[in-house]
Amino acid sequence: MNRERMVNAALLTLLLGVPLWAWATDEPFTITLATRVAILALAGVGLNIALGLGGLVSLGHAAFFGIGGYAMGILASHAQSYTPLMESPFLLEGTKSMPVIWLVALLASALAALVIGALSLRTSGVYFIMITLAFGQMLYFFSISWPAYGGEDGLSIYMRNGFPGLNTLDPIQFFAICFACLAAALWFNARLVRSPFGLALNAARQSPERVETVGLGTFRLRFVAFVISGAITGLAGALFADLNRFVSPNMFSWQMSGEIMVFVILGGVGRLYGPVAGAALFITLEHVLGGISPFWHVWLGFLLLLVVLFARGGIVGLLAGRRVAHD
Amino acid sequence: MTDPVLATKGLTKSFGAVRACHDVSLDLRPGEIHAVIGPNGAGKSTLIAQICGGLKPDAGRVSFAGRDVTHLPTRARARLGLARTFQISALAMEDTVLQNATLGALGAKGARAGLPGLLGDALAPGDLRDTAMAALERVGLAEHAATVTSALSHGQRRQLEVAVALTLRPRAFIMDEPMAGMGTEGSQRMTAFLDGLRDEAPILLVEHDMDAVFALADRLSVLVYGRIIATGSVDEIRANADVRKAYLGEDA
Repeated sequence: MNRERMVNAALLTLLLGVPLWAWATDEPFTITLATRVAILALAGVGLNIALGLGGLVSLGHAAFFGIGGYAMGILASHAQSYTPLMESPFLLEGTKSMPVIWLVALLASALAALVIGALSLRTSGVYFIMITLAFGQMLYFFSISWPAYGGEDGLSIYMRNGFPGLNTLDPIQFFAICFACLAAALWFNARLVRSPFGLALNAARQSPERVETVGLGTFRLRFVAFVISGAITGLAGALFADLNRFVSPNMFSWQMSGEIMVFVILGGVGRLYGPVAGAALFITLEHVLGGISPFWHVWLGFLLLLVVLFARGGIVGLLAGRRVAHD
Repeated sequence: MTDPVLATKGLTKSFGAVRACHDVSLDLRPGEIHAVIGPNGAGKSTLIAQICGGLKPDAGRVSFAGRDVTHLPTRARARLGLARTFQISALAMEDTVLQNATLGALGAKGARAGLPGLLGDALAPGDLRDTAMAALERVGLAEHAATVTSALSHGQRRQLEVAVALTLRPRAFIMDEPMAGMGTEGSQRMTAFLDGLRDEAPILLVEHDMDAVFALADRLSVLVYGRIIATGSVDEIRANADVRKAYLGEDA
């Protein structure tokens, strides 16, 4: 077992252990914090596939996070008001079922990534950053100006959505759902890295010319990675909305894109468990420092500066040392 | 005589006022090593980029494997069987030697399969790994399979470049200074290796190492200021007065 695996196992144990301990000592707020970590880490896992593996610096992942959130908000709001989404040409009703909402969130955000990716992946470098940012902002302003689903005020959902066989209102059970989603995404990410696709994508980040010279298309590789990445972040958005029982245009804001990127950079770009470490540290700082001063972001900024300057591998890199290529 | 595998006709490319490539016509016949030599700045890299697809010529055509490939992108030419090695290694430096070789095998396979698989293990025992390991063994890098590429010496990187090209089982090799950065011994070994390789697929060789060029080349083309001033056998080129003046004179 190499050091990175030990660090990963420790992170997972911590993320599982803290809420279990909070459950045993009846501290539901701590469980909610851990749930936030799991969900935001999931959003980070999504971004890390584009950013870490594909080298695609997307500053617009809030677009997918928001689409996932609104997929949940729109479906659940129709279900709670007993009004169908549409009646013709066929009847489409809302739903309070998590699995259905997740599926819709995954598909909707994948579709959005398909369109955004097809256009923005024709550019690179700073232009790619700007165009993804622009798409995110477009959706942000669209959600503000769309009165049907709350506009600026957002949408409140009174009851958390249901999952067959579980009581989702119980914090520890909802945490378990989110943790399972995160674990599934991490497993998939690990598989992806080892796969032929992952090998080619990773090479395309390091040497695009080489990949083209062996007959593979870099655009196609990045495009598929971007869609997968967007879909995973979209799923996180649906869970995030369910956690808060609230969706608002803020989920689309560029600050949200920035936060997701901060999780990845803090934790370690391209490291499998980087987003988990990053989101955990972020939420811990927000909770601890935020209690002391409302200006805790100053300290976050300082920390981020230190990581970028002195620990390029982020927290995981600091603890586990240099990345070892897989055997 | 058999048809050439690769041919350029009237290739011309300018960068502003600089004519980097001027009416270049050459061909590569089955079983031969055709060396292109010329002083620095003669337009060798521009020529290679146009043959492989990185640069669009202003005028002229490139045909390969019986097709006009002038307007095909790099990856399509690679799929037709054009394998290139880079002067400055364009390898995935963070990856292992085996991963780099596997990428080549993947590309050769991808010509049929399209997108590489999302699941499954790229390095698991199987076709890909066999192809990659066989190529590494041939260039003598098998024992370094697990080494991270950035830890290789310059000469070893050249060997890996050649190994990646081998995994493609190409119809023609385009090699941009495969001996650069190698010691005398490494250079001799590579020369011996390329000597045997020409029977598998012809090689268009751009090289500065004159010993290697004279030992290997069936034909030579001399490129000066973007023009081919002479093409012929080693003896013919040695005897050519223009070439002596333009190029060999400086070296000898």
